[in-house]
Amino acid sequence: MAEQSIVLQLEGVTKAYNVDTPVEVEVLHGIDLVLRRGEFVALIGPSGSGKSTLLNLIGLLDRPTSGRIFIEGHETSTLDDADLTRLRGHSIGFVFQYHYLISAFTALENVMMPMLVEKTFPDDAMKARAALLLDQVGLSQWKDNLATNMSGGQQQRVAIARALAMQPALILADEPTGNLDTKSADTVFEMMRRINVENGTTFLIVTHNMDLARQCDRIVEVVDGRVTTPAEI
Amino acid sequence: MNRWAPFEWITALRFLREGRMQTLFITAGVSIGVAVIVFMSAMLAGLQANFIKRVLTSQPHIQLIPPDEVARPLRNAPGVIEAALMQRPTQRLRSIDQWQKVRTQLTQWSDITNVSPTVTASALAVRGDASRSISLIGVDPEVYFNIVRVPDYIIAGKPRVASDDIIIGRDLALDLGVSVGDKLNVSSAIGGARVLTISGIFDFGNKGANMRSTYVALRTGQALSKLVGGVTSIDLTVRDVYAAEKIARAVQASTGVQADSWIKTNAQFFTAVNAQQSSNSMIRLFVGLSVAFGIASVLIVSVIQRSKDIGILRAMGTSQGQILRVFLLQGGLLGFTGSMIGSALGGGALFLWHTYMRQADGGELFPLILETKLFVAAILLAAVTGVAAAAVPALRAAKLDPVVAIRG
Repeated sequence: MAEQSIVLQLEGVTKAYNVDTPVEVEVLHGIDLVLRRGEFVALIGPSGSGKSTLLNLIGLLDRPTSGRIFIEGHETSTLDDADLTRLRGHSIGFVFQYHYLISAFTALENVMMPMLVEKTFPDDAMKARAALLLDQVGLSQWKDNLATNMSGGQQQRVAIARALAMQPALILADEPTGNLDTKSADTVFEMMRRINVENGTTFLIVTHNMDLARQCDRIVEVVDGRVTTPAEI
Repeated sequence: MNRWAPFEWITALRFLREGRMQTLFITAGVSIGVAVIVFMSAMLAGLQANFIKRVLTSQPHIQLIPPDEVARPLRNAPGVIEAALMQRPTQRLRSIDQWQKVRTQLTQWSDITNVSPTVTASALAVRGDASRSISLIGVDPEVYFNIVRVPDYIIAGKPRVASDDIIIGRDLALDLGVSVGDKLNVSSAIGGARVLTISGIFDFGNKGANMRSTYVALRTGQALSKLVGGVTSIDLTVRDVYAAEKIARAVQASTGVQADSWIKTNAQFFTAVNAQQSSNSMIRLFVGLSVAFGIASVLIVSVIQRSKDIGILRAMGTSQGQILRVFLLQGGLLGFTGSMIGSALGGGALFLWHTYMRQADGGELFPLILETKLFVAAILLAAVTGVAAAAVPALRAAKLDPVVAIRG
C-alpha cells in the first residue's frame, strides 16, 4: 500500500566526533529507524541525548560515521555534496524552533524560495503554489508582509508553508512550537497534523512537550545515543 | 520578483537593499574612489598631452647631425704608447655626408612621417646701429613646417620663406624696431652676408626662442653659411613619439649618422613625464585597492550577519555555487553602481575644473579630454574589482556548514 511505503530508513547509523583522536566521542550508537509514508512521529529525549545530531543526519545536513540512510529508497552515503543538496531540496522540508525566514523577502517570496532555488527563474506557477500554501496555513492576507513584520506564530506558519513548497515526502520539525505561546503552539501543531492527514506528508517532530508527543502516531525516544521505546506514554 | 531575474540576482539585490546603510556607505566610498581615478587620469592625460604637444611642436622628434670630429694620436709603431696630450678639435660647421642618400632612405621608413634637411648657422642681424646674434635656420618650409609648426605661431605677416625672405621672432622684431616688410641685414659668422625682407613674425611664447630663432629658405641658409649643397642636420618626426629613442637607434645603425631623439635631448622633461605617469599609476592602484578592501570588508560583515539566512538557504537545497554567486554578484553590483556614480562625479568635477581653473593668460590649463574609453574602462574595472573583492567573503559564505550556521 502507498501509505505503507518507506520514506526514511536508518540502518545501524553511528555518529562520532573527533574521529581518530584521543578525544573521540560517539554520540549515536547504531540507530535503526523506519518512517513510513503518512506517519506523524514525535522524537523525544533529554538534552544531550543526540536528538539534534540525529535530525541533522536525517536532514542530510551532516554525514554519519557509519551505517546507511535511505531517503525514499535512495542510499545517501554514496552521494556527493551536490546530489545531497538536490535530494534535500526535493525530499525534505525543514521547520526550525526559530522560524528562520529570510528577512529580506515577503512571506510569499519566502514560500517561493525553495522553488526559485530549484528553477532559478520565478514564474506564475511558483507564485500560485506559494499563495495556495499560505492559504492552507491561513495567512493569505499576510502574503506581502515582510517576514519581520509578523508575529512568532505567523512566522512559524510561513515556515511550514515554505517547508511544503517542494512537496517533500518528509518534514523535519525541530521544536516547531518551542518558541511560541500556548495558543499559537496549538494552532501550529493542528496545522501540521491537518497537512499530514490531507497531504500524506510524513512528519518527524522533535519536542520536549509530552502533551504534543502523545498526540502523535508514534513516539521515538533517544536516550544516550540509542533509540528506545518509551516505557510509558 | 522580476521574472527576468534569476535567483542569484533577486537574492543579491534584496540583500543589498535590506542592508541599506552598508550599501549606501560603501557605494559612496566606491564612487569617491572611482571619481578620483577618473579625474586624475583625465587631468593628467590632458596636462601631459599639452606638455608633449608644446615640446614636440617646437622641435623635431629626432635630429640627425654629423658625427663629432675627434683627433687621433699618430703612433710611430704598433705597441708603443706615447704620453701625448690630446686636444679636442673645434667642431666646425660641416655638412652631413651624402645627405640626399640618407634622406631618400629615411623617407621610405613607415615609422617616420617627415624628413626635413636643415642648415643651422649663427649669424648677426643688423639694422642701423642695432645688431643681435641670431640662429639662422635654413629650411624647406613644405616639410619643416610639419615638424615645427611655425605657421601656428605667426602673429604678423605670412609664414613664407622665398629666397630673400626671413621669418623672425617677436622679441627680435621689438629690439630691432622692425615689422613685416622691413629689410634686415644678415651676416653669418663664416662671412656670408645678405639683405633679407621680413615676411613674418612669430611668437613661440618663449623669449629665448623669440630672440634667437629665424627662418630662411634652405638655399639662402646654405649660401650664408657657405655650405652650398650641404645640410647640417636632418630633422625627423615619427608616428609614435614615445618610440623616438628606439627609432633613433635604428636610424643611426642603418645610416651611420648620429641620431638624437627628443627623449634624449629632453631627458629631464621626459623623466618628469615618466615620474608623473608612475605616480599617477601608484595613486590609482592604491585608491583601487582601498575600494576593493572596502567592498570586501562590508561583504565579510554581511556574510556573518546573514549566516542564518545562508544556512536555511542551504537546508532548502541551495547549492554552494548559488551562494557563491549571490555574494560575488553583490561585490560586482557595488563596484558597478559605485563606478557609474563615480564616473559621473569625476566627469562633472573635470568639467568644473576645466571651466574655472585658468592659466595666468586666461587660456585653458589643459585640454578637456573625456574619452569614453576611460569611463568604460573605469566602470568595467570597478565591477571586476568588486567581484574579485567579493571572492573571499563569497567563498566563506559558500563553505558555511549549514548545521553550524543554523545552530549559530
